[in-house]
Amino acid sequence: MSNFSEALQSGKFVVTGEIGPPKGTNVEQMFEEAEHLRGKVAAINVTDIQSSVMRVSSLAVCIKLREMGLEPVLQMVCRDRNRLALQSDLLGAAIWGIENVLCLTGDHVSLGDHKEAKGVFDLDSVTLLKAANTLASGKDMAGNDLDGTPSFFTGAVVSPASEPVEPQIIKMKAKVEAGAKFFQTQAVYDPQQMEDFMKKVSGFGVPVLAGIVLLKSAGMAKFMNSNVAGVQVPDALIEEMASVGKKERKKKSVEIAARLIKQMKDCCNGVHIMPLGWDSLVPKLLDQAGL
Amino acid sequence: MIIQKQKAFEEIMSALEGEEKVFIFGCADCATACKTGGEDELAQMKQKLEEQGKQVTGTYVLDTACLSGEVRKRGKELKEQLDASDSVLVLACGTAVQTIGDGLEVIAHPGVDSLFIGNVVRLGKYVEKCSACGKCILEETGGICPVTRCAKGLMNGPCGGYSPDGKCEVDPEQDCAWLLIYERLRERGKLGWMETVKDPKDYSTVSSPRTLVWEHKKEAEDK
Ligand code: SF4
Ligand code: SF4
Repeated sequence: MSNFSEALQSGKFVVTGEIGPPKGTNVEQMFEEAEHLRGKVAAINVTDIQSSVMRVSSLAVCIKLREMGLEPVLQMVCRDRNRLALQSDLLGAAIWGIENVLCLTGDHVSLGDHKEAKGVFDLDSVTLLKAANTLASGKDMAGNDLDGTPSFFTGAVVSPASEPVEPQIIKMKAKVEAGAKFFQTQAVYDPQQMEDFMKKVSGFGVPVLAGIVLLKSAGMAKFMNSNVAGVQVPDALIEEMASVGKKERKKKSVEIAARLIKQMKDCCNGVHIMPLGWDSLVPKLLDQAGL
Repeated sequence: MIIQKQKAFEEIMSALEGEEKVFIFGCADCATACKTGGEDELAQMKQKLEEQGKQVTGTYVLDTACLSGEVRKRGKELKEQLDASDSVLVLACGTAVQTIGDGLEVIAHPGVDSLFIGNVVRLGKYVEKCSACGKCILEETGGICPVTRCAKGLMNGPCGGYSPDGKCEVDPEQDCAWLLIYERLRERGKLGWMETVKDPKDYSTVSSPRTLVWEHKKEAEDK
């Protein structure tokens, strides 16, 4: 069993982090970022060709993290591989001892830097969850027996700030049925919204980690509001970020994130922190949030 | 209907390089509705080609250019003009180009790009509603096709990519198909279906080239 799944089962408030592989083979900075998370988080997500911008493979980075003694969460999207390749990579992950898998649909290719690519979407987040759990039962999707059975701890994402949110919750139910054992949410900036959301989904009995994206500037917040689906940064927070000079931004960003965590701590089972390169701030953030 | 767009004239000219005498076919169905290969477009193409020094041996708008029988019949009637041509320019879909090329044993040049099976909203506006996926699920989805109208062809509900005004992350002009399905199923009291896990699509039904032969025809042919 993965440490991450044990931590969630123990009922403790769980923190996960995230790193994004680079475009190219210079991985030193990414692993430095991961080092900042050592001992602070239960597991580290590794994004999979995030935003459809071609980068180093998530699986390869997860293998490295494990060698470094850090626990990865392998993110897998359905955009680039069909069911043969996805199952094959899941088995590949298993032989390296990688159990935590986050199953996502993935952004459309048109949002990334290889717009001419063919989007695959043979499976979707729900059927990928099911596929991983079918493998864990000793069979592949075609019903063939496996010679050696992997074990996985599978999770999924949900967007509490999507409007309308009901279709997200309906899909969340299907994800639970398909084998989701945990959820990490899209970034949330409105504690009340998170609390309302949690009331609606508590019946699923699956732990939910609230997504925290460090705000880097007022401009970034505005950009996310108009370009990132399912993310809404309230005006008050944008103004708060705008109220400080460039030098003070990191401090302010940590202050806001720590406040959000404190406000949401009682309604969810943990937080998933996406520092977007500001990983060195995570220890301070957790300190301020009292974790 | 096969929605189509005429190729750029320069592309057509470069395809006809080295050929002097050209016959032009159009189609009274889709190509006429899309204004790529009806009577008017054939006349215009004839004029443009002649301006460029080509000799147009004749033009003909077939009733339905994807019917092998019709193509063969007209081919016989037009034999003289076709024999006098270096090649044929087809201002109709890719199926028409091949039906004519193979059926009449002529060099058939494509003059249009076939885009999708579509609905004609009005002349000049065409939208895709069905991609002939081989197993129709409109019954379950309230009559809205996610295979075609969801940019990712998702089978299990929406991704996180829709905006508060119901548009898709891929194209802010397009409605999120899954939100449309959600609304419709809610109106009809059938939202329960969305909560269930749907199997991934069976792509064995769309492996090209696809054929359909009626069973009783097959038996007759076998005899
Ligand atoms: S499900 Fe969609 S693509 Fe498939 S046949 Fe029906 S309408 Fe066409
Ligand atoms: S936003 Fe809607 S239509 Fe667009 S890809 Fe996602 S589910 Fe499909």
